[in-house]
Formats: sequence, C-alpha cells, structure tokens
Amino acid sequence: MSLRTVRILLWLPLVAFLIVLGLVSSGLIKPHDASVHSQMVGKPLPAFSLPSTRAGQPPVTSASFADGKVRLVNIFGSWCVPCAVEMPQLVELKREGVIIEGIASRDTPADSLAFLKRYGDPFDRIGDDKTSAVQIAIGSSGVPETYVVDGKGIIRAQHIGPIQPQDMADILAAMKDAQ
Amino acid sequence: MKRLAVLALLMVPGALRADPTMAPEPLSYTQLPDPAQEARAQALMQTIRCVVCQGQSIADSDADLAGDMRALVRQRIAAGEKPEAIRAWLIQRYGRWVSYTPPVDAATWPLWIAPILLLGIGCLLARSAFRRRRA
Amino acid sequence: MIAEAGLAALWIAAMLAALQAFLGLGSLKAGGEPLLRAVRPVAVAQAVMTVTAFAVLLWLFYSTDLSVKLVAEDSAISVPTLYRIAGAWGNHEGSMLLWVTILAIAGAAVALLERRLPERTLAATIAAQGVIALGFFGFLLFSSNPFARLEIAPADGNGFNPLLQDPGLAFHPPTLYVGYVGLSVAFSFAVGALLTRDVGPAFAKAMRPWVLGAWTFLTLGITAGSYWAYYELGWGGWWFWDPTENASLMPWLAATALLHSVTVLATRDGLRAWTVMLAVVAFSMSMVGTFLVRSGILTSVHAFALDPRRGAFILVLLALYIGGALALFGARIATVTEGNRFDPVSREGALVFNNLLLSVILGLVLIGTLYPLAAESLTGEKLSVGPPYFNATTGPLALILVAVMAAGPVMRWRRDEIAKVAKRIAIPAALTVIAFVAVLVLAPGLRVLPLLGLTLAAGVTAASVAPLWKRKLRRTPLFTWGMVIAHLGVAVSLAGMACESAFTKETLVAARPGETVTVGPYAIRFASVDPVPGRNFTAVQAMLVATRGTSTPITLKPEQRTFDNPPQQTSESAIATRWDGQLYTVVGAPVPGGRWQLRLWWKPFVTLIWLGGTLIALGGALSLIGRALPRHKPVVEHTGYARFG
Repeated sequence: MSLRTVRILLWLPLVAFLIVLGLVSSGLIKPHDASVHSQMVGKPLPAFSLPSTRAGQPPVTSASFADGKVRLVNIFGSWCVPCAVEMPQLVELKREGVIIEGIASRDTPADSLAFLKRYGDPFDRIGDDKTSAVQIAIGSSGVPETYVVDGKGIIRAQHIGPIQPQDMADILAAMKDAQ
Repeated sequence: MKRLAVLALLMVPGALRADPTMAPEPLSYTQLPDPAQEARAQALMQTIRCVVCQGQSIADSDADLAGDMRALVRQRIAAGEKPEAIRAWLIQRYGRWVSYTPPVDAATWPLWIAPILLLGIGCLLARSAFRRRRA
Repeated sequence: MIAEAGLAALWIAAMLAALQAFLGLGSLKAGGEPLLRAVRPVAVAQAVMTVTAFAVLLWLFYSTDLSVKLVAEDSAISVPTLYRIAGAWGNHEGSMLLWVTILAIAGAAVALLERRLPERTLAATIAAQGVIALGFFGFLLFSSNPFARLEIAPADGNGFNPLLQDPGLAFHPPTLYVGYVGLSVAFSFAVGALLTRDVGPAFAKAMRPWVLGAWTFLTLGITAGSYWAYYELGWGGWWFWDPTENASLMPWLAATALLHSVTVLATRDGLRAWTVMLAVVAFSMSMVGTFLVRSGILTSVHAFALDPRRGAFILVLLALYIGGALALFGARIATVTEGNRFDPVSREGALVFNNLLLSVILGLVLIGTLYPLAAESLTGEKLSVGPPYFNATTGPLALILVAVMAAGPVMRWRRDEIAKVAKRIAIPAALTVIAFVAVLVLAPGLRVLPLLGLTLAAGVTAASVAPLWKRKLRRTPLFTWGMVIAHLGVAVSLAGMACESAFTKETLVAARPGETVTVGPYAIRFASVDPVPGRNFTAVQAMLVATRGTSTPITLKPEQRTFDNPPQQTSESAIATRWDGQLYTVVGAPVPGGRWQLRLWWKPFVTLIWLGGTLIALGGALSLIGRALPRHKPVVEHTGYARFG
C-alpha cells in the first residue's frame, strides 16, 4: 500500500467518528418520541366481533364501521387513570355530535359500566375486549388511545394518550379530513 | 432524579395507572403441551419486543399487554401458524420496531453487509503489518 | 455547610485540573522544562480534592441529609445503611462524581508511580489526563451539581429504586468505573506519545500495567453486572445486548485488543499505529458508553433519564476529546517511524488476527447499537436491533477468535511454520474432534452455535494450558500463568454459555399450594404462600421444596416484593446452586382459582459463565503483578518451543 493510501486511511477513523457524531446529534435535537405508533393508520380496521359490554345489545363488529359515517374509536379501561382524565373531553365531543365507539380492554362489563357511570358515558356502543385481541390487532400499545375511522372503515388517524382540552381541535380537524 | 424513579416505575408497566383487574390469559403463563410447539413459540417470543416496556422481549416482560401477546403467539402456534407469519402480522401492526430481529430489506441492508465490510477493511489494514514472505 | 465544602472541593479540584493541563502542555514547549517538576504534585493535589468531594457526598448520603436535592430525590430515611451509602452512585450526578474521582486517582497514580517514561512524555500524559478531567468537571459543576441544595428540606426522601437495593450496586458500578476510567490512562498515554512522537517499546511497557489493571476491573465489572442482572431481573437471562450492556462491552473489546497489541509493541516493536489507535478507541468507547446511557436517546431499562441538554453537553465533550485525539492521530502517526514488520504465520500474526476480529466485533456491536438511532434520524422509522442480530453476527466471529486463541500462545515470535504449530496443538485439536462427536451423539439436535461452542470450549481448555507443558512450573513467569488462566477462563465461560443455551429446561405453570411440578431433574413441591414483612417492603413469599431423585430436599423461597417509597413491585428469584447447574425459581402474580404463576428453570453449568469471567480477571491480575513486580533475573519472552519441533 502506498504511503499516500496509508495517509488517507489514517484519517478514516476521524471521518467515521464525525459521521456518527452527526447522526447522534440529530437524534438529540429531535425530542425522543418513545411512544409506539400504530402502523394500521391508512389501513382498514382489522376484522373483529366483540360482545357488547352493555347487556342485551348486539355484538360490535368491524363491518358495521363501513356505513359511511366517520367515528372515533376509543380504547379504554376502567382501571386506567388517564382514561378517567379524558372522559370530560369525550363527553364534550359527543355533545358536539361526534359518534364515539368504545373498546373496553381487559375489563369486566360490571367494572366498565361502573366507570362510565362515575365519569360520564360518551359511547354509542362498547365492545368488550377481554383478551386485548382487538387492541393488539389495531396496533395499540396502551390505553387510552383514540382512532379516527372514516365511513369506509379505514383508520385515518391515531391519538396516543388522553385527549386533553388542547387536543380537541386536532381531533375535530382529523375527523373533517376523514369525511 | 425523580425521572429515574419514574423510569423505574415504567419498568413495571401499569404501575403508573393501576393494574387491570382482569386475570391474565392462561396462555400467557402456561406452556403449550407440545414441547416442539412451545419451543417455537418461545423462540419467537424472545425476539418480539414488548411495546409497553423499556427494552424487553415479551417472553421476559411482566406487563399485561406482553402477557396478552404471549397468549396470542401461543394460540396461533398451536393453531399451526408459522412463527414468521406471526412476526410479519405483528410488524404490520406495530412496525419493524416490534421485532428484535431486523428484517433483511432495503432499510436494514447496512446492518447485514457490515460484518463482511468490516472484515474486508480489517484484512486490508492488517496486511500492512505483515512483511512479504520470502519464497 | 458540609455540602458547600464538597462543592468548594470540587471547584478547587477543577482549577487544579486546569493547572495540571496548563503546566503539562507548557512543559512541552521549548524552555518549559522547569514546569515539569510541578506537574506531578498538582496531579496528586487534584486527586486529593476530588476524593474529598466524593467523601463529602458519601457522608451526605449516609446521614441522609435531606436538604441536599440529590439525597432528597434518590434516598430516604428508611433505606438500609449499605444502600444509603451505595446510593450515592446510584444516580446520574453521583455516578459522574465517582467517574471523575477515579479519573483523578488514576492521574495521581500515574504521577506518583510511573518511572519508566521520559519526563516529557509523562508530562504530556498527565496533561492529557488533566484536560479530560477538566471537561468532566465542567459537566459536573455547570449541569450536574451533586451538591445542589433544596430551599426547604422535605420530611423524607423519594426513596431509592428497589431494584438497585442489592449488594450488586455496591460492587458493580465502582468496579466498572475503575475499568472505564482506567482506560483514560491508556488514552492519555497515547495522546502523550503522539504529542512527543515517542511511540515504541518503552511507551508500551509503561502503558501495559495500566491497561491490564483497567481491563481486569472492567472484566470483573461486566461479569458482576451480568450475574446481578441474571438473579435480580427474574427472567434467567444473563446478557440481552441492551444498549447499556453494549456500552460496557465495547470498551472491553477494545481494551482486550489493546492488551494484546501492547505486548507486541513492548516485545517486538511492531503494531505501533494499531496500539495507539486502540488506546484512543478504548477510552472513546468508555465515553461513548457514558453518553449513550445518560443522553436519553436510547431506550433501555438501564438508562438514566436525562434531558437532552445534558446529553448535548457530554456530546460536545465527546466530540472534542475523541475528535481531537483522532485528529492528532491522523496528523502525527504517519511521522512516527514504522516499527518492525513480521511474518503472517507467527505469534505477532496471530495477535494481529486477534486484533482484527476483536475490532470487527467491536464495530458490529457499535453499528448494531447505533443503527436504530441512525435509521430513525434518517428515515423517521423506528426499528429494533436486538439479540438475534448480535448473536448471529458476533457469535461466529467470537468462536473463530477463540479457536485462534488456542493456537496463538504456542506460536513463535517473528516467524513460525504452520506444520509445526499444528503439531503443538495436536492434542487439543484431537480433543475438539472427540468432544464434537461426543456432543453429537449424547445431545443430538443442538443448534450450531452451542454445538460449536461446547466443542471449542473443550479443545481450548486443553490448548490454554499448553504453554505450561514441559515447563518448570515454579520458574514460569507470573505473567505466563496469567495468560494461561485468562485464556482458560475464556474457555470455561464459553462452556457455560453453550450449556445454558443448549440445555436449559423451563417450566411455566399456575399451581396451587400442595401441587408438585417438574423441571429438568427436579420435582418441586409448591408448599405454601405466605406474607412476609421487610424493612421497607412487604412481600408475598412462596415456599418451594425441590428434590432430585433421592437427594435431600432443598427449600427455595422466591418472593414478590411491594415497595411503597417509590411504589414499585419487584420479583426476587430464589436460586439453588449445585455442582452441575442452578435451579432458578420465580413466583409471579396470582391467578383465579387460588393458583400462583411459577417460573422454574434448571440451568446446567450456567455458573461457569461467571466463573470463567472471574478467571479471566484473575489472569489479568496475575499478569499485572507479574509485570509490575521487579524481577531477579531478566526473563526473555519465551520464544523457544524447540521441544515441540
């Protein structure tokens, strides 16, 4: 190897280091988003049929979401504190005419209904997802999460975490987009 | 350092928000009766990332959602599905992040090329340390 | 008052570090010789001040001085004494202070003990140490002050993370830090040598004991960390390729390569550039590891959660130090006259191969650890690189390395012949083949890596003692014993890893008290479940009685502990160690029907993993003593294997 080649190679570690430095710096500058986003946004709702939490009501099926109406699907649990925190916002959304379907994850009907009685009930229908099967199928990594589903049954947006008052505008805008 | 405490809390996910009152799925804590199937399920579970934890596989995590995913994996393996199909299904839901085995595709080719590349560069550099062998 | 004294000591230490750097660098210029005499004392003074600051922090934690922010956030009155003290380094600020303290002590040790280097090179080395210290002092004083006070002291602290309330915490971080930071000495030596263009056998001989010392501690620290995670985290795994684990492995890989390279430079004056580069890389990896764990850019159970601003500070330090050293390397190394070259088939050749493989493994671990970050930066998409990748890529390379390790020590320096080498390792090679056949026959169906691991372990065990054959053992130098034991440790560790991977038996059940479950050769009766109070927790304890054939029953008591300050649940495994493996038991959450989740493992020969690690460290310690002690007769590096042809 010629001396010139050797000379160039000797600077290689520094160059490699600077490249890595650049990559890492950009990782630092962007705030680290530790949440896991669902990859099902843009895809149809996964097929499911859940028994209804409310006694006497028919099961909640994914097929019924393709009826032309835009809805919110909210995954919650009676054991989940942030879910209670977002209830007022959901009730307010319902008051403004938004259709919200609930999916109770890892819950018993009795507990779910007691929770809703205490914090308010914004849900049109509630599906009882005992084994988190639908939660996993939809790509959700925790509760609460809210999905915007359009009239054809396609998931259009995902909101991770409780819906705070400042998020309401975004949710409504997402719903408008999905019309 | 409250953050460290918070981080520690997140190590036992659900602790921040109280645990679900429902019992865990039986298949999340029992093995499949067929040892070969259980071995396949274990091998797969060791490589699926827990979505609510700070860096654990679903096989090792105590989180409820991880338990549900274990139950799902075992159910499907028992029903005859191939591990790779289950992995692909999960990647469809959560993205590549959920698999500890990076797939071999356009986004990850540098990872798989790296060993060969590094060995090549290393050998070239090592050659300069040797003197030519007299015949 | 005490906390302020600690802070004052820290400031004085920082200023002394600046002085140290200034004097050392100044003495290199023409006419700067008078400054040389001052450099050593200043380094020692800096260490004294830093140790004082650290002692103050220990006192504040021991006495649970809740007016200090750090103590209030990370400790509490009810924490047991050992963990009150060890808790001083169980958080970011305290562990950074520990880092800086060891850095200062290392610098002072070099100043006090190093007699072999020319004064100028030594001054440059101490100056480099001072420059490094200065950056970290700045980090501590300006963004991670351990002595910050709270306006109003709370009645009790936030408590100390229960997972860290374990003897492992008292041992693992300090050992690891001595290793990480000890490598700074090698880094400083390399920088000093580059500055004074003094890269040769004298430099290598001077640097070698420091590298050995740091490497030994690093080996111990990693081994301890692995065992601690194994019994503490409750899932029976001993290595997960977690970013923090990788952060400790990468300096170790570089240090191992450096260790071998420095011997070539010391005895044969070869591999000058490699040795200097490895010395720079080893400490760079330490700093990179520190950064990764504290910056918040990687998700890990192990990571300190920090805001990105502190991460940015460390990153700037990193950029300056590593970038500076690498730039110095690029600029100066070509002007360092080339050392000896040698034949590919020779001990040097084997060591180059060793360097090569270790460096490639290091590169792979680095790439695998940083790749998710890079991918997310460039494409926005998240992906994970975990054990499957690391095992698949580094596993085979490590096996090749271990195989070469069998032949290396019996090769001659300068020039050897393959046929003769083969003759010398004929017996170990035969053993390997026998082992291969035996494993295939006795344990069919093993995966490739464990199979090869087991067979290689057998062969390499024999090969590692080969250098001792037909030698007068009492006259064999201590450092040769060190090499033998360290290599033996590698084989032992490999055997443990292969056994654990291949032969572990696992049973997961939900059982009622009174039921019996089997795992491996054991029948385990689930006797009872009882509540048990602890000092700062309440626990649910299961009593398991394990019998094997007709042996006396063993009682194991795994627990689920609930702490309330901070509120957390931990799982305490119960482990029974036998000569041929460990019985590992965990009790989980209850399930309906009065049952409890039980996780039971029988892990044959798993303890060999950490026994091997300890042997490696022992080998390093023996080598260190062997090199550092004055010798009565000059010992020539053993070149003759005439008896073996």
